[in-house]
Amino acid sequence: MTVPAIETKELVREYRMKRSPQNPSGAPVVALDGVTLDVPQGEMFGLLGPNGAGKTTLIKVLVTLLLPTAGAARVLGLDVVGQVQQIRERISMVSGGEHSGYGILTVREQLWMFSQFYGLPSKPALARIDELLKVVGLYEERNRRTSALSTGMRQKMNLVRGLLSDPEVLFLDEPTVGLDVTAARDIRAYIKEWIRMKPGRTILLTTHYMHEAEELCDRVAIIHKGRIIAGDAPAALKLRATGGTYFLLTTETLDGISLAGLPGVQRADTRALDGRMELRLHLAEDGAIAGVVKVLADSNRRIFSLQKIEPTLEEVFVQLVGQRLEEADERKAGP
Amino acid sequence: MNDATPARGMLRLLRAILGRSYPRIIGANRDKSWLFYDTVLPLLGTIAFVYVYKALGAPERFVGYVIMGGATVAFWMNVMWSMAAQFYWDKQGGNLELYMVVPCGIPAILLGMSFGGFVGTVIRAIAIVAIGSLLFDVHYTVSQWPVFLLVFGVAIVGLYGLGVTFASLFLLWGREAWHMANLFMEPVFFLSGFYFPVRALGFWAGMGASLIPLTLALDAMRQLLFPGTHPPFLPLGTELGILGALAISFIVLARFLLRKMEYLARREGRLSLRF
Repeated sequence: MTVPAIETKELVREYRMKRSPQNPSGAPVVALDGVTLDVPQGEMFGLLGPNGAGKTTLIKVLVTLLLPTAGAARVLGLDVVGQVQQIRERISMVSGGEHSGYGILTVREQLWMFSQFYGLPSKPALARIDELLKVVGLYEERNRRTSALSTGMRQKMNLVRGLLSDPEVLFLDEPTVGLDVTAARDIRAYIKEWIRMKPGRTILLTTHYMHEAEELCDRVAIIHKGRIIAGDAPAALKLRATGGTYFLLTTETLDGISLAGLPGVQRADTRALDGRMELRLHLAEDGAIAGVVKVLADSNRRIFSLQKIEPTLEEVFVQLVGQRLEEADERKAGP
Repeated sequence: MNDATPARGMLRLLRAILGRSYPRIIGANRDKSWLFYDTVLPLLGTIAFVYVYKALGAPERFVGYVIMGGATVAFWMNVMWSMAAQFYWDKQGGNLELYMVVPCGIPAILLGMSFGGFVGTVIRAIAIVAIGSLLFDVHYTVSQWPVFLLVFGVAIVGLYGLGVTFASLFLLWGREAWHMANLFMEPVFFLSGFYFPVRALGFWAGMGASLIPLTLALDAMRQLLFPGTHPPFLPLGTELGILGALAISFIVLARFLLRKMEYLARREGRLSLRF
């Protein structure tokens, strides 16, 4: 039986704080509050949460940059407290907005420098660098100084750096933060490609972009105030949203036509809208919409629009946390 | 083992040292501004002292003292600004946390920084000595080259060991590394006798200043460059012995502080992380 790629049990991490007007007692800040996770090898796992939720702290503990205050964490079966070196041999980390390296070096030189820290022989290291640069579309810039790179190019270079050592577990901390749409899409495309090319490799991705988590991850955990408040496949998480999938239909006034009793219709909420009627239909299965349409057509009611509405991760987040992710970010960053 | 298998142990250490020294060595070659900032400007300060000695009618060897001192200043500045303060810059840029999780470990990174810094600085120092000696027609009589190189080598090991020690200390003490580096500029220029024989300070002040390896190294090298005319602070053998002890002490202390720094970084989270 293979060991999980990542395993945490009741993981707690506190930061000691100095006394300040905001924190007069000097009480420690709890960044992780009993996090229990199990990520099997080969999975792309997402941690979704607002700024300050504990995502980055969890990654820092797992990559051995921070000690846990309590609880346990293991990466590839290795303890993050006692088997630090063995973990560092097998993982890599890339953070969003990272400005690592030295601006005086070219892209290729910078990546070569980092390859040496992993002990890679120069010739195969340079061949791997060229290959990866081609994949992320940065090969033409290989001899350009890193100080002259755009944010998107720099992040592609950082991603290549993270992959140079062919890590078994790759930690990506907000890899597309601050990137324009195209650059972010390129990064996501390459992450997907890498995991496809390297079955068995694991990625732990933190993000506060819902669509990113949904697009990339096999499973997602929602983290808020240091606690995992939900975790499942994105589709399964969405099913948990109150209301689930429903149909939104706009038609003429119903004038006594009842839809609630039709086969497959679980609930039909109506709302008057500029002389028309908006119906929100919760059905036992999608096919039941045909019966609704037939009743309306037989009653000579015109149908103006019909939409199938599926819940988003955003709605799941709002229901679990009580506010939208952006609001949670703003509250955290507020005065 | 295929040819892309990462090395471990000593081979990885050597590769990491070479990797980290590369930006320092290539940087000097790529950005030629050092020729002006690191050679011409320090030389101006050195020349000022030369004229002071000339105006006072001091013996010719004092001109040589000053040029030697000027060259040695380059090493001290490299150790302070590019070793002691380097973790601070690396922390700000996000390199420090990456360095802490790469398998070669922080000591390999520091050795690479030291080696790269040394190579770059030795070129600057040679340039200062060569230009200064040509300008003022200074002649040196090195009586014992192997001893001279031994003194220089032991002093460099001690000096960069001190740099590694300071690298951890600067990070532990506070966030404004340049203030700390500045603090160690002028007082060390004075106490280490960069521009005069350290013997002039008296025994106890000289012994205190000898905690900086350059103090005794400069005095020992001056004894070897100007045999019979330089007033020694301590006998050559004693100075070499103390320099050796300092080198070992600083390496041990640096190792201890590095471990302490790494432990605190992991425990507190404030040393390696950018908040």
